Amino acid sequence: MMKLLSQRLLGPVTLVLLALTFWLGLWVTPPDKVQGNLARLLYVHPAIAWVALYLSFGTATIASALYLWKRSRSLVMDRVAHCAVEVSLVFIILTLITGSLWGRPTWGVWWAWDARLTSTAILGVFAVGYLAIRRANDDVEQRARRSAVVAILAAINVPIIHFSVQWWKTLHQGASVFTPGGNFKVHGIMLTTLFISLAAFTLLFFWLLRARYRVEVVRDERQRVSLDEALAQRRREGVH
Amino acid sequence: MIRTALLVAAKDLRIERRSRVLLWQVLPFGVMALVLSGLALGPTHAGHSSAGPGLFYLVMLLVALLMINRSQVIEGTPGTQASVATLGLDPAGVFLGKALALAVELWLTGLVLLGGSVLVLHTALVGTLSALPSVVVTLGALAAAGTLYGALSGGGQGPATLLPVLSLPAFSPLLIAGERSFSAALHGGGLWRWWLISLVALVAYLGVGILLYGVLEES
Repeated sequence: MMKLLSQRLLGPVTLVLLALTFWLGLWVTPPDKVQGNLARLLYVHPAIAWVALYLSFGTATIASALYLWKRSRSLVMDRVAHCAVEVSLVFIILTLITGSLWGRPTWGVWWAWDARLTSTAILGVFAVGYLAIRRANDDVEQRARRSAVVAILAAINVPIIHFSVQWWKTLHQGASVFTPGGNFKVHGIMLTTLFISLAAFTLLFFWLLRARYRVEVVRDERQRVSLDEALAQRRREGVH
Repeated sequence: MIRTALLVAAKDLRIERRSRVLLWQVLPFGVMALVLSGLALGPTHAGHSSAGPGLFYLVMLLVALLMINRSQVIEGTPGTQASVATLGLDPAGVFLGKALALAVELWLTGLVLLGGSVLVLHTALVGTLSALPSVVVTLGALAAAGTLYGALSGGGQGPATLLPVLSLPAFSPLLIAGERSFSAALHGGGLWRWWLISLVALVAYLGVGILLYGVLEES
């Protein structure tokens, strides 16, 4: 009962929180002292990046590791990893687009050879490679094994992206909320909006993951049924 | 494991020596790519270009893709996988052997292309020689990563276009570290910091390969 309720509520709650984020971000919060209205991108860009880099890729990595571990090996894990990487790719592209929109007026260019930007783009290519390897293999087990290894190798890039602003001199600013010292650089309604945005995009991730997973289950089922039908057809041909 | 590695490496290198693919196909391609890089820069910039180290590593990446594909095609020949399974060879040893053979081939090609970059791109000879240790380690890391990604892309049986998509993002940190340490050797600067990144990548890829190559061989 609770499970059904939470599944039914996931979509509407996500939409309400997203609407709240946009309302607070665009109309209620004041413009920044230095950056003016440009700072409003802060309410979507970090949340999108959080989903793209940590939530999606984290889910994909854990699911892939569980698939490779023989005790927990199941196609459910493979499907979860696949769906998480697909969602991650969409959010990586959105991260780069929103970052670019912020970068043009701030740095004067749409793209800079900055460690954070470059490593994020590389993670995007890793995700493309992951999806390519899945399309290249028809054998379900082989596809699952290989893509799980690719996901784990790609995940090495995530801590590099995270610490890139500390390891190298970058144009990209450092953390504003979860700073190493634990001091918030954003306050009041701006901080509240930022947290609502993080919650909204987190729920959006789970909503999309669930929807994508259901599509994958239906697709697998359809393939199995069509294979069964083809086998039955062959058998009938053999009888007559 | 070491014994298996040496056996596999010797086998791969023997095949390469007999077929002479490296000598007559891969090396000419590498030299041509280097010359084309010079042409693309134009006569004004190609002669005294600081882009020499970057171009050297870029050409090495392209050459590495050919070699990785070649190395995996050898494994894909009929009977090879069955023989490996029948002999019960340690997958970690097979991985190390293939990586070692690939590293030797990359080192030989790298040596020729370094000579080429001194001649064509006018990189300083003394600086190039002092960059040798970092080139050896970076190409070793490239070989380890390449062997892993070669197996991931389905060996010789997978589509040829899959290998670049999968491996180039993984090679990019090696390209950066190699180029930086080579440039530091030429113009002065923190050579060891970048050299260390290549070394960490080498150890990491060897570790991952030893752990996971068996999983890929299950298929």
